[in-house]
Parts: sequence; C-alpha cells; structure tokens
Amino acid sequence: MNHYAAWKNLLIVFFLFILGLYALPNLYGSDLAIQISGSGNYDVSERDLDKINDTLSDNGVDFKSISLEDKNVLVRFNDSQSQLSSKAILKDSLTRNYVVALNLAPSIPQWLSNLGGKAMSLGLDLRGGVHFLLEVDMNAVTAMAVDRYYNELRAALRKDKLYKKIRKEDNLLFVSFKSEALKNEAKKVIKEDLPDLVVAEGSEQELEIGLEISAAAQADAKNGALKQNITTLRNRVNELGVAEPIIQQQGTERIVVQLPGVQDTARAKEILGAVATIEFRMVDEKNDVQTAIQSGKTPAGSKIYKFKDGRPLLLKSNVITTGENIVDASSSMDENNQPSVSIVLDSSGGRSMLDTTKEFLGYRMAVVFIENQVETVMEDGVAVKKRSKTQDIINAATIQGTFSNRFQITGLDSAREATNLALLLRAGSLSAPVEIIEERTIGPSLGADNIQKGLISVLVGFGLVLIFMAWRYRVFGLVANLALTLNLVTIISILSLIQATLTLPGIAGIVLTVGMAVDANVLIFERIKEEMRSSKNIQKAISSGYEKALLTIADANITTLIASIVLFSFGTGPIKGFAVTLTIGIITSMFTAIIVSRAIINLIYGGKKVEELAI
Amino acid sequence: MSLRSLNIPVIDFVGKRKFALIFSAILLIVSIASLGLQGLKFGIDFTGGTLIELGYEKTADLESIRTKLAEAEYKGANVQYFGSDTEVLIQLEPQATSSAKLSSSIIRMLGEGIDVRRVEFVGPKVGEELTNDGGLAMLYALIGILIYVAFRFEYRFALGSIAAIVHDVIITLGVFSILQIEFDLTVLAAILAVIGYSLNDTIVVFDRIRENFLATRHVEPEPIVNEALNQTLSRTIMTSLTTLLVLLALFYLGGEVINSFAGALIVGVIIGTYSSIYVASSMILALGISKEDMLPSEKEKKEIDARP
Repeated sequence: MNHYAAWKNLLIVFFLFILGLYALPNLYGSDLAIQISGSGNYDVSERDLDKINDTLSDNGVDFKSISLEDKNVLVRFNDSQSQLSSKAILKDSLTRNYVVALNLAPSIPQWLSNLGGKAMSLGLDLRGGVHFLLEVDMNAVTAMAVDRYYNELRAALRKDKLYKKIRKEDNLLFVSFKSEALKNEAKKVIKEDLPDLVVAEGSEQELEIGLEISAAAQADAKNGALKQNITTLRNRVNELGVAEPIIQQQGTERIVVQLPGVQDTARAKEILGAVATIEFRMVDEKNDVQTAIQSGKTPAGSKIYKFKDGRPLLLKSNVITTGENIVDASSSMDENNQPSVSIVLDSSGGRSMLDTTKEFLGYRMAVVFIENQVETVMEDGVAVKKRSKTQDIINAATIQGTFSNRFQITGLDSAREATNLALLLRAGSLSAPVEIIEERTIGPSLGADNIQKGLISVLVGFGLVLIFMAWRYRVFGLVANLALTLNLVTIISILSLIQATLTLPGIAGIVLTVGMAVDANVLIFERIKEEMRSSKNIQKAISSGYEKALLTIADANITTLIASIVLFSFGTGPIKGFAVTLTIGIITSMFTAIIVSRAIINLIYGGKKVEELAI
Repeated sequence: MSLRSLNIPVIDFVGKRKFALIFSAILLIVSIASLGLQGLKFGIDFTGGTLIELGYEKTADLESIRTKLAEAEYKGANVQYFGSDTEVLIQLEPQATSSAKLSSSIIRMLGEGIDVRRVEFVGPKVGEELTNDGGLAMLYALIGILIYVAFRFEYRFALGSIAAIVHDVIITLGVFSILQIEFDLTVLAAILAVIGYSLNDTIVVFDRIRENFLATRHVEPEPIVNEALNQTLSRTIMTSLTTLLVLLALFYLGGEVINSFAGALIVGVIIGTYSSIYVASSMILALGISKEDMLPSEKEKKEIDARP
C-alpha cells in the first residue's frame, strides 16, 4: 500500500526534469542590444554581419558580441551608452534597407537555446511600450469602391451609348435609359463585364435601375483595404525602428499595433494614423484668384487652394503626379538651411514630370499636402465618425529648368515635419483612413516598477504560504510546499514553452494560483486527519484520504476552470493575461498537488510501519 | 458515530441560519441601494476617456496642473496624486473631440522633463464594447457553472451555488460602490475570479453533503448538512487564510495598478467563505433537498459498484 511503481516515479521525475529545464531560461537576465533586420523583403546575411562588425570596430565602439539570429543581426553591449552611440552610428552608415532598433536580448547559454529554451515574453505593462487599437474607416472604403465602379460602369456602358445618365446616391449607382431595350442590353453587359454590381432590391423602375456592390465584393474590398493598411503600417513601424513589433488584424475592421520599448509615443501616434500624401499641380497663371473668390465662380479647369497661412491660389485641376509615384524620399537641409525633402519618382511619374517641366518652363508648380483624418466625436451621447480633409499648398515655385524623377521640395515648417513627410512618402499611403480608438502606453520607468513589485509580491505571498503550511501540517506541510514550489516552476515553464505573454495581471493570476493550489493539499490532509480519527491504520488513512479528496478536488477545480476559460475567451487585455496564468495554474496544480505530493508521501511513509504521522 | 467523539468542533451552523439570512439580507439591501443610488465609479475602460500618469522629480504642484488644464479648456479633468506626491494621475472624461492626440498635447503643454509613466485612451465605442463584453463574460461564466453543477450534482445544488455567487458578486460590487473605488477591467477580472473562488468553496461543501447523505441512514437533511459544514470547516478556513495571505501581499506590495484588483478579491474571498457556509447550504435546505435526490440513477449505481 502507498507505493508507486518505479516506472511511475521515474516518469514523474522525468516530467519535472523537463519542466524545470524549460523554466531555466528565465533565470538568465538579458543584454542591452541592437537588433538590425532587413526591411521589406530584404533579409540580413553573414555579409551584413561582417559589415556591421567592421563599422562598429572602425568607430571604436566596445561591444560584447555580435551574432546572426533568426534573420536578425544582434549586437550585445555591456552598457547603455555604447548601445545608444552604436545605434546612431549604424543608422547613419546603413541604408534604409535595414531597420535598426534598440532591444533587450536574452542571454541564454547556447546549449539551452539549442534545446528550444526561451524566456517568458513580457507584456508591454512590464517592459514598457505602446499598444494601439486602430479602426479602419470602412465607410470610406465603400465610398471609394463606389467611385471606382462608377468609372468602370461608365466606361462599360459608354461603348454602345447605352445609358442616359449615371448618378451616385448613398453608395448606390442609378442608371437611367432612353428605352427598355437599352436597359435590358445594359443589364446584360453589366452581368458579363461587371459581375460585382448587382441590381439593388426594389430599385428597378421602367427606365432606371439602381446598382449596388455585391456583398462578396464589398467584403473583398474591406478585407483588401485592411490587409493593405497592415502592410503600410508595418512599413511605417519599420521606419520608426522598433524591435519585435506586433501588427495584427483583429476582427474585420481593426488592427492591433504593439510597439515594445517605444519612448516617443507622440511621434508614433502621428506616424501611424497619418493618411497623408502630396500632389503636384500647375498654378493657373491666366486667372486671378481674388476675382474668382469675389465672383464666387472658379474658372473651368481650376480649383482654389490655400497655403497654410490662408493665402489662396488657383491651381489647375489636372494632377501632374502624386505620392503614389514616389519610390523614395528623404529629408535633409537645402542650401539655404531650410528643411527639405528629396524625392525620387518612378518611371511614369518621372516622364510626366519631365513633360510638364519642359512645357511650362518659367511657370509656377505647386506642391499640395493632403491629409485625411477621421475622429469619433460625441454628439448628443452618440458616437459619430467625423471625417475631415485638409489640403494645404506647401510650396509654389517657378520651374527653373527641366527635371524628371529626382528633385527636392521645400517650404516645410520644420525639420521634424520634413522627416515625417519623407517617412510617410517612403512607407506608402494607407488605403483608407484609420483612427486610434484605444491606446495604452506604459513608460519604461513604470514597466520596471511593475516587474519589481510583481516579483516582490509573488515572493512574499509565496513565502507566507510556505511558512503557514509548514507550521500547520509539519512533514506533510513541507511536502505540500515542495509541491507548491514545483507548481510555480511548472507554470513558468509552460508559460515559457507556449511563449504566452506575461503581464502584471498575469502575475496576479500566479499569486492567486499559489494561494488556491494549496487547497488541493489542504483537502487531502484534512481528509487524512479525519480518516486517522476513525481508524488506527495509518497507511489506510493516507490512501483513502487521497482517494476521497480526489473527486472533490476535481469538481472544485473544474468549476473554477470553467470560469477562467470563459474569462480567457471573452476577456481582452488585462483580463486575458490573468486568465492565462490562472488556467495554467489550475491545471498544473492538479498534477503537483495530487500526483507529485502523493509520490513524495509514498517515498516517505509508503510500505513502512508508521506509528504516528507528522500532520 | 458522532462528530463530538472525533474531536471535530460542532457548531450549529444550520440552526443559526436565520441570523445569517438577516445578515445577508442587510448586506444585500445596502449593496443594492448603494448600487442603485450612487452606482459604481467606472474607470475609463468603460466610460471612455483619457488617463495620464506622470512622474515628477520633486513634489508635483497639483494646483498649477489644474489651472493649466482649465486654461486650455479641458472639461472634467480630475487631477490627483497617485501612490506618492511625485506621481500625478490626470483623468479626463471623453471630450467633444476625443482622440488619441489629446494626451500628446496635454503632455506637451505641461512642459518638458516629466516622466510619462502611463497613458491610456479609450474611445467611446470601445468603452461601450468592453462593458458589454464584461457583462457577457459574467453571464456565460454563470451559465457554464450552472450547467456543470446541475450535471454533476442536482439542480437544487446548481441553484444553491448560483445563489451564493450572486450574493458574493452583489456584495463585492456593493463595497466598490459604497467606497467609490474605481471599477476598471482588472476589477472585473477580480470579480470573475471571485466567482471561481466562491464556487470552489461551495462545491467542496456540497460534495461532502452528498457523501454524507449517501453514507448514513439518517434522512433528516439539517443534521447532515450541519455535519458536512463542520467536517469541511477547517479546510474552508485554511484555504481562505492561505489565499488571503497572498492577496494581502498583492494588496500591499503589488503597486497601485494591482491595488483595487487585490482589494476586490479580498472582499470577495471573505464574503465567499461566509456564503459557502451559510448561503449555499441554506438555499438547498430551503429548496427541500432529501436523501432520495442523492441516490444515483441505475446507470450511475452500476458505475459506482464497479469502482474498486
């Protein structure tokens, strides 16, 4: 009685050994590091490693090690000063094919990381960083799709002069016809050429039909906009230089962006949410802008634009080229020490720029900065999305000579504005406006505080429970304490293995599990005590104590498990972090409190003649 | 064999259940009254708005911060010390144009050299969703538990445990309402953990009640329930104490962010311990539990017989 077969004990030891092994990486600290990765499709290679090594050595920087890990070059440092100065050096010397970011690199020994050992990943509330939830303006996506189909529809029906008039109304396209025959002909053409347009229910009249975009095509357009925005956001984040960013789709219209370690959150906000581009237009020199304003009549083919300070100017409606054609942009200071952006256009943009500058030598060309914004405002207690579009002329200068795909634009307010504009032009534009609907930023100082406080409360809480259990249950209490310690190791090991993110509420979950995990042992021990009062056979008391308590423990834990799984599936942010550790803790506590503690009790008392139990 | 001969303290819990009923009723009435009259002080997770935590080198001048905010016409700004007098918490209700940029402009306005410890912005729509999701999570947890307990025990036990849970949740919420402690997402997580904890306790007692019903020839439910309560008493107290120990560690050492979380759990654990002794068992007695209800069906009987 009270004896586990040797294979059973060995299996338990084996399990605990494996779990202990994978908890081990968390004991090693981390190094200050710089992470260099390729942006876009470029992957860094051994050659880059050598180049970086040479650059740093040439500049006399003292670093600990340099290595190529998971398509990243990691340079580890002994102090933060050499880390920061190296970042500046590398940023200057490397081209924009590389992302240079500050990072913390775990200093796990080679043999352990070869076995796949990884430390727990810390949440933003522990390491500091920014969490954004962005919402894509899907109404704008639909509106843009309607515009596109409007043009396609016109083109498709124009061939045989099928339609009389096409107008847009509430995302519907109404087409009117001269005769029923033409209408039927048009319907056939639409069905063949534009299958994504369907006749809206109840909209068909004798000589008119209303078309809407099919649900599938709308979903495609929205999904496409979301995916494209994610790509653009990823480019922008790469430009910001963030190590291990997370950019993920959430639901059908939201994007989560997490940037660990970002300190300048104001800039991150400006860059991520900006839907900005530029356009090049010729100035309408033939007409006077003041007359246009006074008469209220804008000359045909022109439009009134304003400078940032409010000065109006008439610009031609035809666009020479836009931000879409820009392949590279960088900010610098021009010869007059004014902030400027150097631009490189693609071939079609370059060609139209060359044609324009040849034709209009001596005339003025304007650069228009366009920004779309969407904000949620409260109107009578209801959240309403408000869109705004600003179009400012940033510069209108006389064309001095012909140029094609390389030139500079000036007229920006500050160097900061020039850097941001260059970055946005490089990273590409968002296909639809986005709005930040949730932000959670934790500064590095609070993150460090949280780690320290979390650690202390776990240790103190854990210590108190250990003392209390040893005092109350003596030898059995010590066994329970061992089981509890192993439970803590197991939780950490599983969190590391599945690479779940540890957050402050997660630590609270671990602390709570420590308190609740002893419950199983308390149930067993109290039961053994009871059994001993009714029977003199100590061995039998131990075994029936364990057996009778088992069902109760299972029932109690399963109900708690239900609650924590519900928490996990419905919770967001802090709730989820708490639920993860609680769920894992409940499951592992069953293993350690029942099986492991039984194995130890068996080893101590099993098969021996015991006069008295220290319980 | 009587309990007295086993050196187990015999307390007449069941006989005192009238007093417990009155006590619970008072707590519930006070809680519900407070929840109805002044409600919960919801944090920005649910109301939407902006929260900024700043760290100053020296003692921060709250008045000057308030004046600056008032001059810039930010409505409904609440400025207070947070943890110590070098740390300041600024909370703003949703503004006419509420956007993530608000916090940046406030931080810029307050000047250079301030350590930005925390910024939270929750848009109005998100706040609404979080409230709905939170309510749903609570509801689903209750339903899931109800089904499991009804399946494992009997419907009266399920009702008894739900009564205990509702009792605990209302009183815990009541304490948050009376003391006007801020109710945010982490507190909601704590309330859900209280559900799990309270249930854990109740199930242990129920398990014993069922076992005792099956083990004795007595049919009177009151003494059987009372015996079960006494048998599980030392376990109930031990587990509550260990849990409270770690919670106190969290409460005092875990920092401001975790403070109200630990507070909610401390209240919940105390109330949950009380309710598993008095509320849940009183409920099943009131619903008229009897030995016949405990007898397993034919199929289950075979399974039990087959056990070693």
